[in-house]
Amino acid sequence: MEYFELAIGSIFINNILLAQFLGMCPFVGTSKKMETAVGMSMAVVFVMVMAGMITWSVDMFLLKALNVEYLRTLSFILVIASLVQFVEMFLKKSIPGLYAGLGIFLPLITTNCAVMGACLLNISNEFVFTKALMSSFSYAVGFGLALVLFAGVRERVNLGRVPKPLQDTSIGLITAGIIALTFTSFRGMV
Amino acid sequence: MAQSLAKEFTKGLWAEIPPFRLVLGLCPTLAVTKSVENGIGMGLATTFVLVFSNLLISLLRNVIPTKVRIACYIVIIATFVTIVELVMQAFTYPLFLKLGIFIPLIVVNCIVLGRAEAFASKNNPVLAVADGLGIGIGFTLSLASLGAVREILGAGTITIWGGNPVFDITTWYQPFTYMVEAPGAFAALGLMLAGMNLISKK
Repeated sequence: MEYFELAIGSIFINNILLAQFLGMCPFVGTSKKMETAVGMSMAVVFVMVMAGMITWSVDMFLLKALNVEYLRTLSFILVIASLVQFVEMFLKKSIPGLYAGLGIFLPLITTNCAVMGACLLNISNEFVFTKALMSSFSYAVGFGLALVLFAGVRERVNLGRVPKPLQDTSIGLITAGIIALTFTSFRGMV
Repeated sequence: MAQSLAKEFTKGLWAEIPPFRLVLGLCPTLAVTKSVENGIGMGLATTFVLVFSNLLISLLRNVIPTKVRIACYIVIIATFVTIVELVMQAFTYPLFLKLGIFIPLIVVNCIVLGRAEAFASKNNPVLAVADGLGIGIGFTLSLASLGAVREILGAGTITIWGGNPVFDITTWYQPFTYMVEAPGAFAALGLMLAGMNLISKK
């Protein structure tokens, strides 16, 4: 039950994009077309779960054990960057289909703050391993959900006649504001 | 030299002001601008990282091998972020708590990496520092003004570093809490961006 609540909370209420504002760059950058939004979401689910597991272990068995928590920022970014590189090489060799699907989104994930943010949130909430895993996965699902929804709405908005100064990013952000407003109505759930 | 120095510095204040012209670094922009104070704090922390990472990357630009440059930049940036984190924890603890995970997340702020890649790796240290300082101050100004809009509309007051509000219109204005909540951040930034487009069209 606790895990179910955590999942619902991370997907809807504390949605990583719309409530916590992490990963805004891909949110604005890859949401112009549905295809890219789906590709990005898949890449994020994949990397966020793996990064969550690895950074949790690094923090527990290396940083805390050696009492060097101040190196957290530095070590996490290195872990994420090398993980992304490794995943990219692995997929290219063994699952070329998936690699082609994820395309350029994999390298972009290194500077996606949602991944690092989710890892840091796991640590600051002092989750145990399984809980950290659950929360990373739910955050990633929430990311995908919000991104795909937003891409759908944005495609439709761009068909309409938007006043010139409001075009592109500007109307996109206002649309995101309205979507975020609908997400706030989930607040009473847990 | 002096002229191009001034040019690199001032372009960050209007022509390429982040996050409006350079649509990068949106996460801290949206997340920490609930108040002017948080905006300024975040802006200054980012400025510090920008200036020093630009300086160091520019000094090392002939040493860093091109193939692994991104990894090198990230390590340099992460070092300065750790410094900021420790300094803020020691001297401005309340602000450190408010900004929370967004301080370590300066590492993945695309503005910093973007300037390193697009500018510092190709120019001499003096120009790189001017660029970092300009972009950093531009970012601080944007965050402060977005923070001001949201704080005035959402709370009706402006409070800087504790104490009494320096600006208060609550006597006749009903605060609109939507603006300090998450959705208001998107709307405020979108409208400010539109306003800026409108001004620069003329």
